[in-house]
Amino acid sequence: MGKTAPPTKNDPRRARRWIAHTLGILGEVLVTLGVLLALFVVWEVWWTDVVGTRQQQEAIDDLTWRFPPIPEGGFPVVLPTEGPDDLGIPIVAEEDKHRTDSPPYEPTPEAEETFATMYVPRWGADYVKPISEGVGRRDVLDKLGIGHYPGTALPGGWGNFAVAGHRTTYGKPFDRIEELVEGDAIVVRTESIWYVYRVTETAIVYPGYSAAIAPVPGHKGAAADGRYITLTTCHPKFSASKRYIVYGVLEYWAEASAGYPEEIVLGAEESIPEVEAGVGEGP
Amino acid sequence: MYGWLWKRIPGSIWIKCAIVSAGVLVLVVVLFLWVFPWLAPLLPFNQQTVGG
Repeated sequence: MGKTAPPTKNDPRRARRWIAHTLGILGEVLVTLGVLLALFVVWEVWWTDVVGTRQQQEAIDDLTWRFPPIPEGGFPVVLPTEGPDDLGIPIVAEEDKHRTDSPPYEPTPEAEETFATMYVPRWGADYVKPISEGVGRRDVLDKLGIGHYPGTALPGGWGNFAVAGHRTTYGKPFDRIEELVEGDAIVVRTESIWYVYRVTETAIVYPGYSAAIAPVPGHKGAAADGRYITLTTCHPKFSASKRYIVYGVLEYWAEASAGYPEEIVLGAEESIPEVEAGVGEGP
Repeated sequence: MYGWLWKRIPGSIWIKCAIVSAGVLVLVVVLFLWVFPWLAPLLPFNQQTVGG
C-alpha cells in the first residue's frame, strides 16, 4: 500500500477503530448491568429471606410474654394417643372458650410495635410469626414480617383485623398462603389472649380492592357486624399485579392463662405425622 | 473500560487481583445493604397490600 498518510478526520480506519472501541464499552456496560441484575435477584430471593427470618425471630424473642406460657423448646412433637390431654400440656378447656362474649379491649400498638404473634397449624406446628403495627415496606413488612393495617380492628376486635405479609421474600411469612382452605385455624396471640379464627374464603383481587380490609370484608362502607380477619399478600408470586386474600372469622377467644388452643397443639389434621414412637426422647 | 481500569491498578498480578476482589466485595456489600433495600419497594414486584 505505498506511503501511509497520517490519519485525518475522515480516515475510514480511524472511524472503524472508534466504532470498535464504542462497541467494546457498550458491551462492557451491558455485561455489568447483567451482573448487577443477577446480584439483585440473589439479594431479593436469598438474602432478604436470610435477614428477614432472623429479624422476625428476634422480634418474637424480644416479646416479654413469649416464654411463659409457651413450653420450653416449643410444643412437644409427641403425639397424643388418647386425645389432647395425653400431651401433658394444658389445652384450653371447652368452658374457657369464649364464643359469644366480647374479648377485653386490646391496647392500640405504636407504629412498628410488635404486639401479637400468629400461628397457622396448616403451615407447620412450629409456624409462629410476629405481627407488627403498620404496612409500610421499609419500616414493617421488609423487616418485621406481618404488618397490621393501621385503623383496622385489633385482634379479636369488632370489625376486621387486617394484616399483610410477604409471600416470596423477606422471611416470607405468607409463602404457603395458597394451602389454606375453609375451616383452617388462624391463631393470633396477644400478651394475654388467644384468638382462634377460622378461614371462610380465599380470593384473588386487584390491588385497588380496598373492600378486602373493610370492617365487613367485601362490603365497603358497611358498619361492622362481626369479628373478622383478613390476610393479604402478593399474587402471582413475585408479582404486584394482583393480591391473594384470605378471609376468616373469629371462632372463640381464651385467656392465655387458660392453656393452649388445641388447634396449634394438634395442628391441621394433615400435618400430624403417622409415627409417634420415640420422637420426644431426643438424641 | 475494564482494560483501562486494570492497567491503572498498581502492583503485580496478585496484588491487582486482591485489590479487585476487595473492590467487588465492597460493591456487593454496598448494594446488598443500602442500594437494593432502597430500590426494591420502588419496583413493581412483591406488593402485598390492598387499597392506598
